Amino acid sequence: MKNSIIEVKDFRKTYGDFVAVDKISFDVKQGEIFGLLGPNGAGKTSTLESLEGLRAPNGGSLRVAGIDPAREPRKLRNVIGVQLQSSGLPESITPDEAMNFFCAYHDVKPRFDLLERLGLSEKRKDQFYKLSTGQQQRLGLALAVAHDPQVLFLDEPTAGLDVATRVELHEMMRELQSNGTTIVLATHDMAEAEEMSDRVAILLNSKIVTIGTPMEITATGAGFTKVSVRTQSSSLSNTDTSFPFVSQQTVKDEYSIYFSTDIGPTVSAIIAHIETHGDSLIDLRVERPSLEDRFLEITTNGAAQ
Amino acid sequence: MNAFINHFAFEFRTGIRNKTLLLMNYLFPLGFYLLMGFVLGGINPTFREDTIPAMVVFAIMTATLLGIPDPLVNARENGIFRSYKINGIPSISILVIPALTTMLHLLIVAVVITATAPLLFDAPQPVNWPNFILVFAGTAIACGGISVLIGVVSPSSRMTVMWSQLVFLPSMVVGGLMLPYRMLPEAAGKIAQLLPATQAMNAFNGLAMGRTADFSPWGSVITLFTSGLLAFALAVYLFSWDSRNTARRGHTALALLVLLPYVAGIFLFS
Repeated sequence: MKNSIIEVKDFRKTYGDFVAVDKISFDVKQGEIFGLLGPNGAGKTSTLESLEGLRAPNGGSLRVAGIDPAREPRKLRNVIGVQLQSSGLPESITPDEAMNFFCAYHDVKPRFDLLERLGLSEKRKDQFYKLSTGQQQRLGLALAVAHDPQVLFLDEPTAGLDVATRVELHEMMRELQSNGTTIVLATHDMAEAEEMSDRVAILLNSKIVTIGTPMEITATGAGFTKVSVRTQSSSLSNTDTSFPFVSQQTVKDEYSIYFSTDIGPTVSAIIAHIETHGDSLIDLRVERPSLEDRFLEITTNGAAQ
Repeated sequence: MNAFINHFAFEFRTGIRNKTLLLMNYLFPLGFYLLMGFVLGGINPTFREDTIPAMVVFAIMTATLLGIPDPLVNARENGIFRSYKINGIPSISILVIPALTTMLHLLIVAVVITATAPLLFDAPQPVNWPNFILVFAGTAIACGGISVLIGVVSPSSRMTVMWSQLVFLPSMVVGGLMLPYRMLPEAAGKIAQLLPATQAMNAFNGLAMGRTADFSPWGSVITLFTSGLLAFALAVYLFSWDSRNTARRGHTALALLVLLPYVAGIFLFS
């Protein structure tokens, strides 16, 4: 069992009368990629910024690598790396200057190799405002990891990135993880969260509504698995045909689609039906509910309550 | 030390690279100096004697009051200070380094003015160079401090312009740059003494240019240095990393304390 590197206990953050985060608790294990998900205004940013030492909590306790972010900011800065959503750099600074500048304050050698790796080698002398959004994001990431932090906070790291850079970034995240870096990932991209995160927490209305591995979270929903079937003679096209554990069915693009609560009996019955009718199977796809489906289910239900 | 040098070098380059700062640090003061030298020098021969101190003070006010506050406000509003905080860049560096680099730009401009004014406009050079440098430093610190303080307490660029002009415009009119202090009515003169430009012109005249000061020139030097240091101290105290939900240590009205040395100067050194 790995040790917790981030500990959040009964954390509360308010702005005047507005409660942004209401007594949430969670921990993040060392070397874990932890996804923090939630709709806008759910309390993600307040949580992240408090862990980064940018905000003081109004209640509860926070620890990052044993450090209280609000009380020991100097110790914290060498332990964490942060890629902010807005890159937070002066518009006239060049990537080379930024690397020199930030590394000097962290008292480490500049990591120009990171600029090369993140595809900024041609842009090293260009001023920040001349870089594209994706290039600015990549520079932000290079600066965040240049001092080899124990904990890396990434806020929408792939927003505005092309596919190749996004893949490169994901590889880099895995490499950092394999070297023991803990990553806290705040994102709206559910596919990214599901693919990259070991565990995720979903915040809604200032509280954590669920926490666990993506598999655990998707398994706890309404549990509809989507079964899409295409046959040679369209023996399934009669929508009056019913199969066990199927709650909904539809037809789309020559596929008969069933939403099942128990996949085994459903698929067996469908195959038996096809054979009985002398038809032959062309394609059969089984898709479990994605994290996005589960997220939408949670946030829709939560918002309705 | 490495961090300080890196930060200083970057800010200094920004002062030339950024078009607005280039305008405020070099183009506007030097352009105005040439214009005033050619136009006002012909209309008002007495301006010739004031050319060097007046244009140096003008350059200091332009580069500091019009150049420093807005980038500070923009950096705060655009999350740059948040990024600095996360990376351990101290607030004192954020506030002092831009002022120091501006002073270096000003030194270059001051050298250009003092070197060319005697040749172009037959303007008299300072008679006491150490005192000239001392008054220059005091004026730069006073105006730099006020500018940084304006940048810290202004909630927006619009307010920054208002606060900066509140110091800049009266300084141009009654600060002794265009019109000698002795020509002002007594009440206006007292009000003028609340401005760093008035104190600077008085100190330049009395200590560096070999002319008669209108009130204690050493008092002006003390006022300039004290107000400058007080302004920096207030700016550090009132500094906030971002405008969203970050508590400031004191009320912004505390910034008005920067006037104390000037008020005290009126009673002590007039």
